[in-house]
Amino acid sequence: MDENEENLTPLHPNHVKVTRIVAFLTALPFVIGSIVLEAVQILPFGVFVVPVFLVAAFLVIRIPLRRYHARGYDMGDDRLRVVKGILFNSDTVVPFGRVQHIDVNQGPLQRAYGIATLTLHTAGSHNASVHLPGLANEDALAMRETIRGHIKREMV
Amino acid sequence: MNEPVSDPHETLPETHNAAQPLRTHPLSFAVKAVQGLQNAIFPMVAAYFAMREFPWAIFAALGIGVVVALLTAGLSYFSWRRFTYLVGDTDIRVESGILSRAARSVPYERIQDVSLEQALIPRILGLVQVRFETGAGGKDELALSYLAEAEGERLREVVKARKDGVVASAADDEVDAVVESPAEILFAMNGKRLLTFGLFEFSLAVFAVLAGLFQYVETFASIELTDPDFWAGWIAGPGSWLANLGPVAQILGVISGLVTLVIVGSITGIVRTFLRDWGFRLERTEKGFRRRRGLLTKTDVVMPVHRVQALKMGTGFLRRRFGWHGLKVVSLAQDSGAASHDVAPFAQVGELRPIAKAAGFSLDPSEGTDWHRGSRKFRTDSAIIEFAVFLVIAIGLATGLTISNAASPAFALIALAAGGLFALRQMFLWRFDFNALGAQYFFVKRGWLAPKLDVASRVKLQSVEIIQGPIAKRRGYATLKLGLAGGTLEVEGLPLERARALRSAILGSIAGTDFSELTP
Repeated sequence: MDENEENLTPLHPNHVKVTRIVAFLTALPFVIGSIVLEAVQILPFGVFVVPVFLVAAFLVIRIPLRRYHARGYDMGDDRLRVVKGILFNSDTVVPFGRVQHIDVNQGPLQRAYGIATLTLHTAGSHNASVHLPGLANEDALAMRETIRGHIKREMV
Repeated sequence: MNEPVSDPHETLPETHNAAQPLRTHPLSFAVKAVQGLQNAIFPMVAAYFAMREFPWAIFAALGIGVVVALLTAGLSYFSWRRFTYLVGDTDIRVESGILSRAARSVPYERIQDVSLEQALIPRILGLVQVRFETGAGGKDELALSYLAEAEGERLREVVKARKDGVVASAADDEVDAVVESPAEILFAMNGKRLLTFGLFEFSLAVFAVLAGLFQYVETFASIELTDPDFWAGWIAGPGSWLANLGPVAQILGVISGLVTLVIVGSITGIVRTFLRDWGFRLERTEKGFRRRRGLLTKTDVVMPVHRVQALKMGTGFLRRRFGWHGLKVVSLAQDSGAASHDVAPFAQVGELRPIAKAAGFSLDPSEGTDWHRGSRKFRTDSAIIEFAVFLVIAIGLATGLTISNAASPAFALIALAAGGLFALRQMFLWRFDFNALGAQYFFVKRGWLAPKLDVASRVKLQSVEIIQGPIAKRRGYATLKLGLAGGTLEVEGLPLERARALRSAILGSIAGTDFSELTP
């Protein structure tokens, strides 16, 4: 496998929906706050609402999509490559032979959309755990089994 | 536990049948109680100062001290009663806790090394603290404090033997029969070496301690040492002779003050070095490196060779002029809080090479391996960024000075000049950062006056990450971060192609071996 080719597998499309919902929930208090400030009418209309709405819309609509496109993974024969980041790009490769244990996690939102996060734990101080979110749940479980098969040591 | 393990050690009270849990040495509660007395000192002092108006203050203070001491002693006694350990076939189990109970099991396979430590009081009583390093780090590590010295040694042998698969139940005689073969001394420091080392360890830490004490005194004695009035009063009164001296005498005073500073700093360094590294001996035993050191607190650490993940060689800018370097090994286990183990803190490079070789490493890349520098674009960019930071400061300063009219805005030029110097330094230092990929090892060298060398074994790395920030992406360089068990290893500003080539090569080495083959 050549890590330097851009033959990445994209994440499950539902990942965008989940990140959007999370972003929406994060932005909601600020939007409500800005509406309240408008209602008090201390400054002319739109001073609070307009910028807050624009930023919120950008964070909810645009950013999750861009991050989705920046993310990707490549499951090789003996290693997993995880790529992420718009501004700060990170490109991590974990050989299966170095995986200590594997987690598959699903939050309530993720479960509603049938996706999961795969986490590989290594013994290294740096990259002690490598997260790969936005996998279809079945894919994540299958990947876990594949990687498990490569780990010779019994898992306790 | 299914099979009973017979315990050959007869001196411990309570249990001789090792299927039952053992207690730590009865005297250990006494040690803890004595150590707990330290806790009584501060309340006593505080109480004394709080009530110093009253004639009976000293008795009140003593009374509080006795109460605290009794409480500590009682607690120590009960926690000693409730602390048991059990050396099983596959693991060591510890149960502890006075009210809430905690039980922990540490499998032998997970124990990285067993270290013995003796602080002053336990040493007088012939006791030892046994620590099992599992890589959990710091407070989470299992420690048995305190056991009789012989029991500590026995436990270490048992763990070593069990780890190596000597069958537990039937093999207790064999366990005792495992005698360390005569060890080869890799490195030792005599008194003269320690003295030289101590001089280079010049430290003004003692002044920090004194400052801390002053603060303490201030709080309790209601004297403001930082208050100018206090000193003005002192100079007018008892210190007036100082003000009456001529300028020559005052200059002499400053010089003698500096000389005192140097002397105190050197003595601090020497004392600390002697305390820490007295009798430093590094041996190559069958099981790995064994290091013994310490004057008052003696430590005895065994590090299995195959668990060495990387080497770190460092030096200081002054000691390097005399060829002195220090060598540390990075492993999963910790060395009393520090991430890497000192194996030779003060040695000539010629003495370090055999140690590196014994650890299965090399300090020099093999023939035909090239040293590579970082990207030139990275050099330029980092210098620009360094300058930009100072530029922002200078602008802020100039604006501030103009508005407040406190001083001429030209003072901002000083910040600008500093920025220029730092940028030049950044450009210059780039020349001293190298990396090289040998057949087995990855070398990273950094620094000009005090260069540091990191050597990592290619197969023992855990993961590889390439990181690019917004500028790096545009300019085509990257940071390479390598997952190292028990340490960190990263190279900044590599040309992207070099980073990718390194990653491919290192991954090729890693993927060839499984983790379990690394730690037999």
